[in-house]
Amino acid sequence: MHLTQGTFSYLPALSDDQIRAQVSYALERGWSVAIEYTDDPHPRNVYWNMWETPLFDVKDAAAVMLELARCRKANPGVYVRLSAYDRSKGRQTTALSFLVNRPADEPGFALERTEFADRRLKYTLRPYATVRPSGQRYPHGD
Amino acid sequence: MATEQPRSANGANQPAPAFDAVVREILARLDSELIGLKPVKTRIREIAALLVVDRMRREQGLIAESPSLHMCFTGNPGTGKTTVAMRMAELLRSLSLSRKGHLVTVTRDDLVGQYVGHTAPKTREVLKRAMGGVLFIDEAYYLYRPENERDYGQEAIEIMLQVMENNRDDLVVILAGYKDRMERFFKGNPGMKSRITHHIDFPDYSAEELMEIAKLMLARQDYRLSAQGEQALRQYVARRMAQPNFANARSIRNALERARLRQAARLLASSQRPLMREQLMTLEAEEIMASRVMDESADKAPERE
Amino acid sequence: MAIRNGASDQARSRWASGVIPYREMGYWQPDYEPKASDILCAFRVTPQPGVEPEEAAAAVAGESSTATWTVVWTDRLTSYEDYQAKAYRVEAVPGAPDQYIAYIAYDLDLFEEGSIANLASSIIGNVFGFKALRALRLEDMRIPPHYVKTFQGPAHGIVAERELLNKYGRPLLGATVKPKLGLSARNYGRVVYEALRGGLDFVKDDENTNSQPFMRWRDRFLFCMEAVNKAIAETGELKGHYMNVTAASMEEIYERAEFAKELGSVIVMIDLTIGFSAMQSMARWARKNGVLLHLHRAGHSTYTRQKNHGVSFRVLAKWCRLIGVDHLHAGTVVGKLEGDPRNVSGYYDTLRLNRVGPDLGRGLYFEQDWASMPGVMPVASGGIHAAQTHLLLHYLGEDTVLQFGGGTIGHCMGIAAGATANRVAVEALIQARNEGRDFLCEGPEILKQAARWCRPLREALELWRDVTFDYASTDTPDVTVTASF
Repeated sequence: MHLTQGTFSYLPALSDDQIRAQVSYALERGWSVAIEYTDDPHPRNVYWNMWETPLFDVKDAAAVMLELARCRKANPGVYVRLSAYDRSKGRQTTALSFLVNRPADEPGFALERTEFADRRLKYTLRPYATVRPSGQRYPHGD
Repeated sequence: MATEQPRSANGANQPAPAFDAVVREILARLDSELIGLKPVKTRIREIAALLVVDRMRREQGLIAESPSLHMCFTGNPGTGKTTVAMRMAELLRSLSLSRKGHLVTVTRDDLVGQYVGHTAPKTREVLKRAMGGVLFIDEAYYLYRPENERDYGQEAIEIMLQVMENNRDDLVVILAGYKDRMERFFKGNPGMKSRITHHIDFPDYSAEELMEIAKLMLARQDYRLSAQGEQALRQYVARRMAQPNFANARSIRNALERARLRQAARLLASSQRPLMREQLMTLEAEEIMASRVMDESADKAPERE
Repeated sequence: MAIRNGASDQARSRWASGVIPYREMGYWQPDYEPKASDILCAFRVTPQPGVEPEEAAAAVAGESSTATWTVVWTDRLTSYEDYQAKAYRVEAVPGAPDQYIAYIAYDLDLFEEGSIANLASSIIGNVFGFKALRALRLEDMRIPPHYVKTFQGPAHGIVAERELLNKYGRPLLGATVKPKLGLSARNYGRVVYEALRGGLDFVKDDENTNSQPFMRWRDRFLFCMEAVNKAIAETGELKGHYMNVTAASMEEIYERAEFAKELGSVIVMIDLTIGFSAMQSMARWARKNGVLLHLHRAGHSTYTRQKNHGVSFRVLAKWCRLIGVDHLHAGTVVGKLEGDPRNVSGYYDTLRLNRVGPDLGRGLYFEQDWASMPGVMPVASGGIHAAQTHLLLHYLGEDTVLQFGGGTIGHCMGIAAGATANRVAVEALIQARNEGRDFLCEGPEILKQAARWCRPLREALELWRDVTFDYASTDTPDVTVTASF
């Protein structure tokens, strides 16, 4: 299964140079870049683990790539995303967000259906990976 | 294709003839902005020439390894090191050897923490801010305190060495400080020494150069010295230079500041009103002579100029 | 106290029973300075032969505010100077000898707070049939912050929508189920499932997909939610289907909307044909119940399309933003439906930005300050396909929903492949744009590069590369910007 969260999830995995280009695009617009990671791919899992704090005072993509390398090293084999944040008035929201790392093997989701009145169903989405506790969800992870 | 082109944020080409002219302009500005410093200016010219030619070679497809640009500026305080560092950052930017060309100035306290685990994030913070530009570390030798085994400065040095090596394309480091202390620092940190390519020494200003600097500073603020005032300043400079803790241009600036204060007091105390333009602009000898430096009986360095 | 003769003569003639020109009743005031709290309108007036433009403008002002065709003494019981609308400027339209733009100011007190029904009844409810005018079009309206603040505004808005879907940095993608009519609910759900699992963010009901003998609404909703949830499970990202809750009465609309919400749909849709009050009710419901509200502008072209008569779509867009829809169809420029590029650019800015205009080259007659009201996500739908993605991105920007109905379902490799082709096209273009490439000129090349590793995109480009819809637009701005030196 291939998780399609993030702006570029239908493209082949971005190379470091391509990531750098996207980060430069964000920095040029005065957006701050943040790195987050998670092993819970549920689409409603909004709050991924923050890797330190968003990088507010950097002028160059190299600084972000430095932190990204450290994050990948410390958290191998999980989902990592870069998000660029636009704090301008009327926006104050994420402007760009894309995956930069994913586990080697993505088991996907089970869709559970619970029947009740007339033909209605209650749907529960359960990621296969979260059967195991955090830290043991993906092979090769730490 | 990207390896032979000058580095820039999005890989686009820079127009070839422009950088040559921009470099010349920056060097010209350096010439007019800083008095004296002949050996420094010569060194900068040489370095600039090397970088320009390197770039031309690269454009022609000749082998030109990405240059190591880390530098060390030695000299007494007030000799123009920070100003030259700023011009250097601009120069590197115009040659696409520094992507953003901004200058981040720090001292030991910005890099080193007070307790375990505090240093690494502090150093990394500084490095991240400086990425894409130039990091200027003043009195860098304070990072190295071998006598104190609990000192975290070494940690900062380790992190910096790694970045100076691995991120040569992303960051230029300039260390600065007194020459002798810098030499001791390098002796204890051969790793650091090996990463510094360019050493530039900033000599002290001559008395004549200091007078020129004084006049330039005054002119910029719409002041001038009277004939006697100028004579008095000459005497002052000669005396002050001989005393300890002389900080070259900085000491001159401080002295002129005090002179301004005394002039204001004098003008206000006089009963003449209104004060004419000439009077408001002119510093007289008594402003200078009032300094403790001119006091024959005082032998030690003045606390104030 | 004696009244001076002159004054009493004047008093007698203004208030003497009978008919006098509107301009003499105070409806034409060229020296009037519009107040910041006034609602301003720009009308395109085509007077009948023999009617002076100022009189025509005054007539429009009068008949859309306090006047009637003859003098009435009861006017003198009111503070009529405040309540009468004032035509303060009339300009000839370049190149159209019989047309004028009339600028009219209305006092804030004339309008009920927070009511589009009242605003519409007030401005367009009476004057458009007026015999002294051959044609009349409401071109633009300036709604002051004083009035903007009395409306709820979009139930969610662009920022909130993206945050609840967790999708940023690219246009959203949708498709309308085709054929529009005739499919049974179960087959309908299949189309939704295929399109969503292939890569679209949304699928939608069409405007007339309400509840017909071949498919009733309840069955459709049930099958569509099965499709939506299956697609979410297969992709790991949030998806939705716009459940059309349009119905014959408000009670039935609420019933359908409640059911959609219960089933867990993130979004419902309504048609313009339910009327302004129903739309406002639904906007309130949508905000209260946390469901996105999509508006299909069904029927608007009957009065927005012709340049000389009707209401311009930009006014309708403003009303829809005040009402509080989250999505509004606003034109595609390059698709099968009417839309001059400059006008469409004006509509999109009107929906999205906080301060818009004035810019006559894009048909924006006034400066409009939305006082921080959230933006509406414009929807581009109608005859667009993957090979046009770079044009769509250029004309319409990033905060839109691009709906490729036929452009998804008509793909030769199947619906899911059609969806994938569109998604890959959009992502590849966004990536290239961010890298600094000139995506407008290099668009076809960028798409071709992506097509090399994405077969569905390759087939889509092959199939539709030469499809364009080139007809003269019936509604273009009066003014063109030309280069100056």
